[in-house]
Amino acid sequence: MGRITLNKVVKRFGEVEVIPPLDLTIEDGEFTVFVGPSGCGKSTLLRLIAGLEDVSSGDITIDGTPATDLPPAKRGLAMVFQSYALYPHMSVRKNIAFPMKMAGLSQEEQEARIKKAADALNLTDYLDRRPGQLSGGQRQRVAIGRAIVREPSAFLFDEPLSNLDAALRVGMRLEISELHERLKTTMIYVTHDQVEAMTMADKIVVLRAGHIEQVGSPLELYRNPRNLFVAGFIGSPKMNLIPGAPAAKHDATHIGIRPEHFRIVESGGTFTGKVIVSEHLGSDTFFHVDVEGVEEAVTIRAGGEVGLRHGDKIHIEPEEGQIHRFDAQGLRIA
Amino acid sequence: MATQHSRSAARFMMAPAVILLLGWMLVPLTMTLYFSFKSYLPLRGGDLGWTGFDNYVRFVTSSAFWPSVITTLVIVGGVLVITVCLGILLAMLLDQPMWGQGIVRILVIAPFFVMPTVSALVWKNMFMDPTNGLLSHLWRFFGAEPVAWLSEVPTTSIVMIVSWQWLPFATLILLTAIQSLDSEQLEAAEMDGAPHLSRFFYIILPHLARAITIVVLIQTIFLLSIFAEIFVTTGGAFGTRTLTYLIYQRVLESQNVGLGSAGGVYAIILANIVAIFLMRIVGKNMDA
Amino acid sequence: MARAVTSQRKAINTAIAWTIGFLIFFPILWTILTSFKTEGTAIADPPVFLFFDWTLENYAVVQERSNYMRFLWNSVIIAGGSTLLGVIVAVPAAWAMAFVPSRRTKDILLWMLSTKMLPAVGVLYPIYLICIELGVLDNRAALVIILMLINLPIIVWMLYTYFREIPGEILEAARMDGASLRNEILYVLTPMAIPGIASTVLLNFILAWNEAFWTLNLTAVDAAPLTAFIASYSSPEGLFFAKLSAASTMAIAPILILGWFSQKQLVRGLTFGAVK
Repeated sequence: MGRITLNKVVKRFGEVEVIPPLDLTIEDGEFTVFVGPSGCGKSTLLRLIAGLEDVSSGDITIDGTPATDLPPAKRGLAMVFQSYALYPHMSVRKNIAFPMKMAGLSQEEQEARIKKAADALNLTDYLDRRPGQLSGGQRQRVAIGRAIVREPSAFLFDEPLSNLDAALRVGMRLEISELHERLKTTMIYVTHDQVEAMTMADKIVVLRAGHIEQVGSPLELYRNPRNLFVAGFIGSPKMNLIPGAPAAKHDATHIGIRPEHFRIVESGGTFTGKVIVSEHLGSDTFFHVDVEGVEEAVTIRAGGEVGLRHGDKIHIEPEEGQIHRFDAQGLRIA
Repeated sequence: MATQHSRSAARFMMAPAVILLLGWMLVPLTMTLYFSFKSYLPLRGGDLGWTGFDNYVRFVTSSAFWPSVITTLVIVGGVLVITVCLGILLAMLLDQPMWGQGIVRILVIAPFFVMPTVSALVWKNMFMDPTNGLLSHLWRFFGAEPVAWLSEVPTTSIVMIVSWQWLPFATLILLTAIQSLDSEQLEAAEMDGAPHLSRFFYIILPHLARAITIVVLIQTIFLLSIFAEIFVTTGGAFGTRTLTYLIYQRVLESQNVGLGSAGGVYAIILANIVAIFLMRIVGKNMDA
Repeated sequence: MARAVTSQRKAINTAIAWTIGFLIFFPILWTILTSFKTEGTAIADPPVFLFFDWTLENYAVVQERSNYMRFLWNSVIIAGGSTLLGVIVAVPAAWAMAFVPSRRTKDILLWMLSTKMLPAVGVLYPIYLICIELGVLDNRAALVIILMLINLPIIVWMLYTYFREIPGEILEAARMDGASLRNEILYVLTPMAIPGIASTVLLNFILAWNEAFWTLNLTAVDAAPLTAFIASYSSPEGLFFAKLSAASTMAIAPILILGWFSQKQLVRGLTFGAVK
């Protein structure tokens, strides 16, 4: 139903090539997340799929039909915007009804779908309010409701959670994931937050400067980052990337070790250093360690009860088999 | 940030406005240029052929030309000085805390909405009339000889009337600008020990510079073409003939279209010089 | 300035401001008062302010003599028609400039503005001639179109500045929701821009109402609006102060009231957003 294929898609703004030739297939029912730092072209890519921007060359196929030259309205997609983009002059009910009104659906059908969407999104009590009278989370739900009633072949989300506060964000994240479980409709979700990507995606597409750096399931990306960029981008706190002599011992230009893959040992250990800062989260403690022979501070994760403090000496040892090796080009060495 | 589709729609949507204005600008302009090179007297023989730059030369060398330029400058300059100076004072006053600020603002702004023909007539008859005008009552009350405003000091009178009309505009814009002044700046200056007068000259006035420029330019464009005020009060007599009025007389009263058109071209050039400066300021502001 | 000020200071400010405000407003007030006097009281020396026998006679005379309603109707048609027509032409143009800007948008806007600065007198005869040729001298429709053209740049500009404040994402949402361009403008943009459109209409109605060059020069009887109605009092009949005042009051009252509502838009409209 909602299979989307991009074939050699290029986007130029004037002379600037924002998206170099790019191929990508999004399978029906998949929850795909485009993630990358700001300016990586992820939103542009989404807008190309939506039809809000023209592709400079290449083609886009949705559901097997060529969509490259279709206007947004004809692509059968629904989009949830970063600012929610609700119509401020319409009630919640009218907002949700708008796409159906545009499609010329019967009044009864509209009512039925509104009711269903409102029930699912806990909006029944708010149907007659204006968007201005709603909280951020409620507005978000209205935006989703407006998207659902169209019964689109795919949902597009453009950083939908970035305007919410931290607590609400976690809640909405769950709601969107749940929605996907229920509807089984293709979803494309753009974010700069790798936590959102990791927790929600079936498939993550990591983008940098318009290039796809890696495509894969969250755990694939986590376990086998294809290059230094993905290694550094996926995972929080970041993977420690260590160049120089320690890397040379492993026949690599860089080695990467995740904070959770260090053990603290009594003495000896591969690395020795001093604790600069310790962050106690309760369940875990993160130590930022100034390691001899390594320029950047190394972050390690330890249990919540470990009580080292600033200036304490520490010996650490990476776990066997958890060292990622990268060559001079930044590519993973298998 | 748009698609090919929306860009072509945009061109289509802009077309009516652009075409209309293009026509409105080009057709009469071309005709005025055309007439200006002709000897054209609709009531006395009509089109008498091409005359080259004769009309341009005659218009500038006619005895009425320089006086009309001077009158124009005096009226425009006088009104500008009065409205800007009083406008600044008034705007600063209205910015002070007081009771009934809204009502005072309504009172001050009112003259701007009065039709020019009305304000000219009301001033001419009810205030400046030498026998029954309110001002002559006032003069007599103080034992002075009433002034026949519009025949003795006609230009001053017109400057007064027009200033009354435009003072609200200047005040309103300057007030808006003053209100956007960050009060912390003034407080900082006060902490630094700057007395009132230097706070005015070093902080308020520079802050108002842009607003003043805007007032001056916009008013200049409107003032260069004031018509009704002169039409109704003196009809161009007693040395109140401005460039605009002179052209109007040449065209409609003496029906010398060629000559009037040459004058029109001068007026267009003059207005464009002012307009260029205004555009620069407005254009700069667009990106902000 | 959000600072506590002594009541004494405030009282002084109030007194000065009210005095000046009253002085500036006085000619209008005096006109309105005089319109209710008899001709005798109107020129009395010393002048009478409030304690006279109020009469409506002048209004009746003015109406009888010059059929005020016809002039009023012409003014309404010309000002209203030109504003309405202007908005209809300007809304699509402003939409295009605000939401699909190109490199030339700024130039087009400035060029439009520059046509506003064309001195009317420079093109008086050609327009006059065209009107004669087309047989539309002293014709309301012709004035509607001419005043529309004169104010079009201001209308486009004002709408443009208002539209620019509407987030483009909302229009994109409408597009995604399946709205055609027409529906996008009709159901989404226009309702959202109602306050801006209203102030644009208000200000341009006022400008058109008070326009006194084309309305004086291109009308005679049939299409003459209130500007011409008043100008007819510049003849010696104007010396009947009370009647002149009644006529003046009738000419300015509608617009004075509208004007007070639109002070803020005035700044924005006439400075093209250059002063905020």
